[in-house]
Amino acid sequence: MLEFNAQTIAFIVFALFSLGGALGVVTTRNLIHATLYLILSLFGAAGFFVLLSAPFLAAVQVLVYIGAIAILIVFAVMLTRSMTRISDLYNRQWLLSAIVAGILFVVLLAGVIVPVWGVNGTQIDRPVSDVVAGTVDLGKALVDQNQYVLPFEVASLLLTAAMIGAIVIARDDQE
Amino acid sequence: MNEVVCSINHVVKCLTDAGVTPDLANLLTIIGGVVLVATVPLITVIFLIWIERKVAARVQDRLGPNRVGPFGLLQTVADALKMLTKEDITPIGADKFIYNLAPIIAFATVILIWAVIPFTPLHIGADLSIGLLYFVAVASIGTVKIMIAGWSSNNKYALLGAFRTIAQLLSYEVPLVLSLLIPVMIAGTMSMQGLVHAQGGMWYVFMAPVAAVMFFIANLAETGRAPFDLLEAESEIIAGYNIEYSGFKWGMFMAGEFMHAFTASLLAAVIFLGGWWGPGVEQVPVLGFLYLGLKTFVVYLFSLVLRSTVPRVRIDQLMALNWKWLVPISVANVLVTAFLLQLTKALGLAPQTGDFAAALPQTIILLLGNLAIVLVVLNLVRNIGRNERMAAAATDAAVGHSEDERVAVGAPGH
Repeated sequence: MLEFNAQTIAFIVFALFSLGGALGVVTTRNLIHATLYLILSLFGAAGFFVLLSAPFLAAVQVLVYIGAIAILIVFAVMLTRSMTRISDLYNRQWLLSAIVAGILFVVLLAGVIVPVWGVNGTQIDRPVSDVVAGTVDLGKALVDQNQYVLPFEVASLLLTAAMIGAIVIARDDQE
Repeated sequence: MNEVVCSINHVVKCLTDAGVTPDLANLLTIIGGVVLVATVPLITVIFLIWIERKVAARVQDRLGPNRVGPFGLLQTVADALKMLTKEDITPIGADKFIYNLAPIIAFATVILIWAVIPFTPLHIGADLSIGLLYFVAVASIGTVKIMIAGWSSNNKYALLGAFRTIAQLLSYEVPLVLSLLIPVMIAGTMSMQGLVHAQGGMWYVFMAPVAAVMFFIANLAETGRAPFDLLEAESEIIAGYNIEYSGFKWGMFMAGEFMHAFTASLLAAVIFLGGWWGPGVEQVPVLGFLYLGLKTFVVYLFSLVLRSTVPRVRIDQLMALNWKWLVPISVANVLVTAFLLQLTKALGLAPQTGDFAAALPQTIILLLGNLAIVLVVLNLVRNIGRNERMAAAATDAAVGHSEDERVAVGAPGH
């Protein structure tokens, strides 16, 4: 059963951060507050990574997502007409979005539950894998030709293309 | 400093001997350690401000603070007390909660960095396997505090100042992270303690001088020190993102900035100057505090003298310097160093033991690679400068501009 120790308390706190923050993002009428709720939610996710012994992903979560919140605020200020008094909480596509989000939630939930509690699933008292992989393993897996080198290289190519595209667009035509 | 000398294991043993349960003893020592690591920077900042004012005064041929206490040592204490008694103003229309949150984040992000700094072989807050990445992640939260401070003040100039600051901080994060990649590649670890241990034979400032200089420059910009102190510009945006803050909240921003500058020097000493390494440190680990303090102070003093001697850059020059020079040089540096490291490994010159002689061949090869980068960069600078001068001379001959106007127009990097 559920053991009540420091890890459980931390899990509950991070879960509250993550879910409460997400709820705050979609219910507040103030865009700045929404971004701050987003920080809370992402911080909760980073906490989960720490609990799962994946400190590298936790740090990357903070660096990439929370570190970019300032940019998000800049975009919010530049691209929206009213920052603090959003009049409509829903737009016309809310029904479609709700259906897609619901299906995605069910699929993800099934993806978690079936391997653990399903017919041939591992039970809750046994970990899914005995191997504890560290940051070095992650680094090697990303460049191993039998594992993730292709997705890794494709992602790098995409980011490089995006960077060059941004430079080309931002370039002054006179020069 | 006696509690610090007693290593964490000792404290637990002392407590359990006195009849405390092991779980509680562990919790107490962890809380004690956190309080200690978080308090040291708070105390240090009081003296840092005094040192900064004294050094700036010496450079400018003044005396500096000399009235309160011996050598004016207590001047900062008096200033802090004055700040505490000032009226605490919250502007009308300010977003109260985040307006009050911003100064706290400002100070916390700096103190959090101290958690992973290895002061001696034994004394470190938490030796994370991703220590260096932790620093980068925590430093990146620093942009958030500026943005929300600028926004919540309900002041146009604060918002403009925040936008400009975000542009500066985000730009200089790129060369900062790329220059940190070099020590990680050489040491093969991101743990701070591991990085310092790997420098037993040779400090990384000799193996990767270009990366060390990049780190120093990028950190000057990240901490908003001259010549990159564009976070505050009285003539352009009045005061920057913290214009509406007063009293102690403003004091927290200011103390946070001072702390950040010092922490940057501390990190430079840890990552490039061998951290706590020094004669006899393996027998008497406490000496690490002294060595690290001395190295940090050298870097800090250099940045202080730089601060009071060089003029500030313009915002376009700041961006041009970063994107046209620092970022390409950092990328080239990463490529060259990665290639040379594999080369030394293939040739069997990679150090097997951690002493000076073993590290020498690799150091020489890396140093030559760095020298090549420096020569290419200097040549580029020379050519661009010459072309600019010739273009200016041609315009002069055609239009007849005066000497002064030409100097004012001819900014470097254009």
